[in-house]
Amino acid sequence: MSTVIERDLVVIGGGPAGLAAAIAAKEAGCEPLLIERDRVLGGILNQCIHDGFGLHRFGEALSGPEYAGRFIARLEELDIPVMRNTIVLSLSGDRRLLVSRLGEISEIRAKAVVLAMGCRERTRGALSIPGHRPSGVWTAGAAQNFVNLENIMPGRNVCILGSGDIGLIMARRMTLEGAKVEAVFELLPWSSGLPRNIRQCLVDYGIPLFLGTTVVDIVGMGRLEGVRVAEVDGERRPVAGTERFVPCDTLLLSVGLIPENELAREAGISLSPVTGGPLVDSDCMTNVPGIFSCGNALHVHDLVDNVSEEAERAGRSAAACAAGKLSAGGTAAAIRPGAGVRYVMPDRVVIPDAPAEKDSLNSLNSLTLAFRVAAPSRDGVTRLSAGGKVLKEEKHPRLHPAEMVWMKLSGAELGELRTIGKPLEVSAS
Amino acid sequence: MDYDVLVIGAGVVGCAIARELSRHRRADGGPLKIGVLEKEPDVSLGTSSRNSAVVHSGINYAPGTLRAKVNVRGNAMMDELCAQLKVPIKRIGKLTVALTESDLPGLHKQRNQGEANGVPGMELMDNAKMRTIQPGIEGILGLWTPTSAIISSFGLTIALAENALANGARFHLNSEVTAIDRGEGTLTVTAGGKKFTARVVINAAGLHCDEVSAMAGFAGAKIWACRGEYYVLDKRLDGTLKTLIYPVPGPNDPGLGIHLTPTVDGNILIGPSAAYIPEENREDYRATSAIMADLRREGLRLLPDLAASDFIRSFSGNRPKQTPPEKGGNADFIIEDVSAEIGTSAGFIHLLGIESPGLTSSPAIAGMVREMVEKHVPLAERDDFIAERPGFAGSFSELPKEQRMDLIKTDPEYGEIVCRCEQITKKEIRQAIENPLGARTMASIKYRARAQMGRCQGGFCTPRIVRMLRDEYGFRPEDFFVRGGAPMFFGNVRDGLKGGEAL
Repeated sequence: MSTVIERDLVVIGGGPAGLAAAIAAKEAGCEPLLIERDRVLGGILNQCIHDGFGLHRFGEALSGPEYAGRFIARLEELDIPVMRNTIVLSLSGDRRLLVSRLGEISEIRAKAVVLAMGCRERTRGALSIPGHRPSGVWTAGAAQNFVNLENIMPGRNVCILGSGDIGLIMARRMTLEGAKVEAVFELLPWSSGLPRNIRQCLVDYGIPLFLGTTVVDIVGMGRLEGVRVAEVDGERRPVAGTERFVPCDTLLLSVGLIPENELAREAGISLSPVTGGPLVDSDCMTNVPGIFSCGNALHVHDLVDNVSEEAERAGRSAAACAAGKLSAGGTAAAIRPGAGVRYVMPDRVVIPDAPAEKDSLNSLNSLTLAFRVAAPSRDGVTRLSAGGKVLKEEKHPRLHPAEMVWMKLSGAELGELRTIGKPLEVSAS
Repeated sequence: MDYDVLVIGAGVVGCAIARELSRHRRADGGPLKIGVLEKEPDVSLGTSSRNSAVVHSGINYAPGTLRAKVNVRGNAMMDELCAQLKVPIKRIGKLTVALTESDLPGLHKQRNQGEANGVPGMELMDNAKMRTIQPGIEGILGLWTPTSAIISSFGLTIALAENALANGARFHLNSEVTAIDRGEGTLTVTAGGKKFTARVVINAAGLHCDEVSAMAGFAGAKIWACRGEYYVLDKRLDGTLKTLIYPVPGPNDPGLGIHLTPTVDGNILIGPSAAYIPEENREDYRATSAIMADLRREGLRLLPDLAASDFIRSFSGNRPKQTPPEKGGNADFIIEDVSAEIGTSAGFIHLLGIESPGLTSSPAIAGMVREMVEKHVPLAERDDFIAERPGFAGSFSELPKEQRMDLIKTDPEYGEIVCRCEQITKKEIRQAIENPLGARTMASIKYRARAQMGRCQGGFCTPRIVRMLRDEYGFRPEDFFVRGGAPMFFGNVRDGLKGGEAL
């Protein structure tokens, strides 16, 4: 029999974003329901058994499961209800969800929804790599799942295409488990992963990284026999005469992450062509009232600590929304990426006409802008400006596309924005 | 005698023949013993799963040809067959479109051929009329053929095989034919290292039909493989195409031209190209950079808002052509009993060059072949034939909500989703794993349940299916195969651990 459940807030996804959003919402006085498709909470953190999580938030180097564990413990402490092994089949713009789990399809109506579905890995298909389709070509995350959770070795002689963080982590992981990692090939002239991962996962193990190089052919009718690689020119086209064959039985792909937004699209939410995630305001609310987004479903992060912080903001805003306390009035100012910046999060900031009331849950007393630069640089400067007037400027010894840049605006600085009313622009040089 | 009839090749044609034969018993009262030999670890792994999955109307071939005859006849048989076998089919019709004046002679030729071939319901349409079917379509004149349809090509092949099996036919997978010896009233076929004797052998070996006929002593057949490459587009675009839209084919084109084809599952295919490939390996299914670029360009021309992430996969299929590269074009199908030519008193029937419209024609071809078999083994229709296949057509997720609720009551695993992109349930995966043919490759599960076919290409569900096979079916790492070839994995990371303990 079909059951209809009424809820204040539904958080979709029990990874780091969903956990933090649900906890923050509960702490703000809301009664959230967390829906997780897997058997356990924690999301992708469960397969990230390396350390380095929580350096910012906890001042400790935790493993992925440990980091998730802290949030799961808090979730249990707060007695937040969780539906595990549950998939959201559909989401409508008026926040009706159809969910499916063992023995049951049910409908949920929510006053507010937080989308925290995370992201998925880009596959070979989206890259259009020519060649055969043998077994032995995996996304790095799938290989990580097999090795770390399922005790299965996916390869012995490994090449890695793409220098995304999961690929770098897997280069080290496969080496530690006795595989030979031949090389990492990166199309771009710089690495897509964090510099610390380049150091700790490649340099320390003598694994070469070839920048400006890509796989142009996958060879092997049954099992992968090797890949043909070539250097690329400034327009990322293979350069004739630079081709070489690298024998391997396994190719791991770490070539980008795509925010999971099929549900968002279905609910009529506008997505950014740059990030693949929803366009949101400073409350993490999408263009569909009452639906919020955070974490890697919103834009792909490089540090989970930042995911938690962003998700807490989304959770608090959603709680305010469910309680009918999200301020409706105010000035909406668009924030655009300027020169040297790929995108800025949020897409627009709603500046309340008056400073936030004391009991208002969405206190816009500060604002954090997150953005990525387009190319690496040293001794760079990032600027927030409006109509040519620079409002804030920050210096950075190093700027890198792999590292998200954060700019925090204080209440006083926000007060200044209230009088401007022009589109804001974030640039880097 | 092991078999009355032995079919070589478990593509759509071989499986249709096996199913048609399984409707019969021997006229002398005994059961008709039917065997099928397949070199791959499952049925439908060759050209039958590598095509546009279109049921053609029959306008493309010259009147009087066998191709035209079996096409039109096969098309007319498809609705009843698919209803019996629970195979998804959608009669969405087709517009063959003349873009310029120069296309008009070709278009009229198609119409005249269709008329002579007995294609029902054809209509010439001006642009305004075409736009009532496909908004925004370009072109000055179109030929509408309402009987054109889309179908699940591997779904049909698998269903035919399973239904034949349910009616007593036996399938030998991983059994590549290496020799055929002619004896008195019997042929002995060596396959997968075993010998099978049969009164009648049917060569439905597709890309290898000439090689199989040569083994039986028939030297006059020759096949060239002509590759067609495709892209599969994300389901996001489902509904964009209301009908099949084809260009007018040129007289010497080896295929029907690059176009967009909606699939019954809601994806769109771009393709196929047509490029002859070298002799050495007829099953080289590679994707080539030049053609991939062409297909992307063509896709963007036809659907301007395509994003890179909409191209979720490429694949290719090879056509068994009887005409060499320098000639191109389309030779007629050859379906003939060559027992006399090869000097045997047993029966040897071969099917040569069954490319497009082989899928459409398969039920009609099966009927033709059964009549040929009757010259060697008199047949009578069985009264205990099981025509229906159990279950429902398509995926659980496509059923109306009420029906889904009812099915979940009968089996709670219909509520548990394993493949997130395609919303495939654990019950459907289980049914695919436990398929009656006993095929256990990852491709077998994919073609039966659709898992791994969505936009994440198995990133989410493959580890879950692997876990299910290990925990519930006792698979060891070395037991996992994508198709044939080498195993997917290299043993365990650590001895003494099962895996999955952490969760």
